[in-house]
Amino acid sequence: MKSRSIKVDYLARVEGEGGIQIKVQDKVVTDVRFDIFEPPRFFEAFLRGRMFTEAPDITARICGICPIAYQMSSIHAMESACGVSVTGQLRALRRLIYCGEWIESHALHIYMLHAPDFLGYQDVLQMAKDHGDAVKQALKLKKTGNELVALVGGREIHPINVRVGGFYRLPTKQELNALVDRLKWARDAAVDTVRLTATFPFPDFEREYEYVSLRHDNEYPFNEGRLISNKGLNIPISEYENNFAEEHVSYSNALHSVLKGRGAYHVGPLARFNLNFDRLSPVAKEAATAAGLTLPLNNPFKSIVVRSVETVFACEEALRIIQEYEMPEKPFVDVHPKAGVGYGCTEAPRGFLYHRYRLNEKGLIMDAKIIPPTSQNQKTMELDLREFVPPRLNLTQEKLTWQCEQAIRNYDPCISCATHFVRLDIR
Amino acid sequence: MKKERKPKLAIWKFSSCDGCQLSLLDCEDELLAVAENIEIANFPEASRLVVKGPYDLSLVEGSITTPHDAERIHQVRRSSKVLVTIGACATAGGIQALRNFKDVREFTSIVYATPSYIETLNKSTPITDHVFVDFELRGCPISKVQLVEVLSAFLNGRKPTTPTYSVCLECKRRGTVCGLVTHGPPCLGPVTQAGCDALCPSYHRGCFGCFGPKETPNTPSLAEYWKGLGMKNLELLHLFRSYNAYAESFRKESEAHEK
Repeated sequence: MKSRSIKVDYLARVEGEGGIQIKVQDKVVTDVRFDIFEPPRFFEAFLRGRMFTEAPDITARICGICPIAYQMSSIHAMESACGVSVTGQLRALRRLIYCGEWIESHALHIYMLHAPDFLGYQDVLQMAKDHGDAVKQALKLKKTGNELVALVGGREIHPINVRVGGFYRLPTKQELNALVDRLKWARDAAVDTVRLTATFPFPDFEREYEYVSLRHDNEYPFNEGRLISNKGLNIPISEYENNFAEEHVSYSNALHSVLKGRGAYHVGPLARFNLNFDRLSPVAKEAATAAGLTLPLNNPFKSIVVRSVETVFACEEALRIIQEYEMPEKPFVDVHPKAGVGYGCTEAPRGFLYHRYRLNEKGLIMDAKIIPPTSQNQKTMELDLREFVPPRLNLTQEKLTWQCEQAIRNYDPCISCATHFVRLDIR
Repeated sequence: MKKERKPKLAIWKFSSCDGCQLSLLDCEDELLAVAENIEIANFPEASRLVVKGPYDLSLVEGSITTPHDAERIHQVRRSSKVLVTIGACATAGGIQALRNFKDVREFTSIVYATPSYIETLNKSTPITDHVFVDFELRGCPISKVQLVEVLSAFLNGRKPTTPTYSVCLECKRRGTVCGLVTHGPPCLGPVTQAGCDALCPSYHRGCFGCFGPKETPNTPSLAEYWKGLGMKNLELLHLFRSYNAYAESFRKESEAHEK
């Protein structure tokens, strides 16, 4: 009996605190744990008794990397509970700020967290010594996304301008126009990024996933749509909890999500790309095709190329929105509280983020449920490792460990998010 | 001439959202220059490389919420010449300190199906409750400008110049019309420390206290003023009890409206 174990105590280049443990016995993987030890923060619990208008600012604090996702899912949930729908330019501005978050978050992950794995560097600063121009371009690309978030949202991290019903202050056309040249540059830089990442050496690894993402009638999804999968799921977001379940496991402070009766599923760029390729903008489609991406795309390591394609899309979409922008008369629509339940589901950079709130007639939150993308991917990440490891047991410990880390980083896991949601136990 | 050793910087995470340490990566224009002058010796969010301590400067993000972290912060302190806390979690316990006002056992069962798997302390506490802190950088999130100032100050052996006065001064400097005078939305500006450049008032909303209490804040007087304009106890409680809820003056003020 030959046993071997691969252990990463503190996984680097991800957001938050987690580790990996893999046990192998006679060339068979006997145990895989993506171990989350980030301490829990109990957001669902202390949201109880707060006003519905506070949810966007409070839930933003779940994650410093994707606060817009939390703000968007929570405001849509509150508006759905109160029977309000926000349309026109206000709706477009919400897509615009989301474009900013996708650009900055994707640029961060592509260049600073993931590319060093493909190119054999410990981090982006080491990488900068040999690839100075690419890193400078990356920083500028990321900065463009941050500038867009800061302009519409007030600041990059925990923006202050998003509210239930709309915004506190509207950007002027002139302010938005000032970003056009930079966004055009960013779009071209993102196309370069697709080209660059497509040349990376990809491990030969594919799996049959059930991909789940939002699908909208005529847009690549941000804030609205139905939840669909490549295996026949097609539900309104309010049906989420009837179709998905969460499991609490001893080694993790995050819950594992599963599709009822079917098990693990895959959310994020790869899922969106496979399910919504036809909704991508022209330049993004062209860049994807030129990079040789074909459907179905089942190699999770290629998610880095898909993130680059989505960055192209986000730049193009931002440019389109700015071009069509006309400043509305009022920055928000009035939302009066109503007793009831509201659902919100939006596409965070790493996959869809589900919120559900029950409000009383005064607008106080009676209970809350938040399911972030990382917990939904957790089981899939573990299953990937189970298949990834056995054919690679001839690698040195150092090399295999690094490749396992890289396989987890395919999902851009956000562990800070993953620990804070959790199951609402109705007993 | 012998090349001088670059000072070693370490970044540590406790209970937090990662936003404050992300601020360092968000310094897109300064990052490469920073890396030329200091050795980033421990920064797991950005690098697999871990260089052993001791460290010349440690930035600590997050609050203490587990028995393990209450131990770990002492190791961090021992390996750091200078320890600076970054953000509202590290300086005041953060939003997760809302648990401090409730029974945490009730919280775990609301959130997790099997609460026995969860190890957590009753209270979320700031770093300074556990070890000596050389300097505290406020904010939820911190300001990038202040972060670069702190790095540059400590690496040059001087004190950082970050103001302890209120948001009001920044508002005046920006020329924003005062919401208190014009009966705009409730604003914590007069009792909140500056650092955000009075962001919210310039976006037509009241300050909600991201940078925590300023030096010598008169919170009862401000609360009385808003009460006079018709604000309810619950609203006042929520206003003072958010991202810096466990900072002493905000905590006392929120408790005063808990009836």
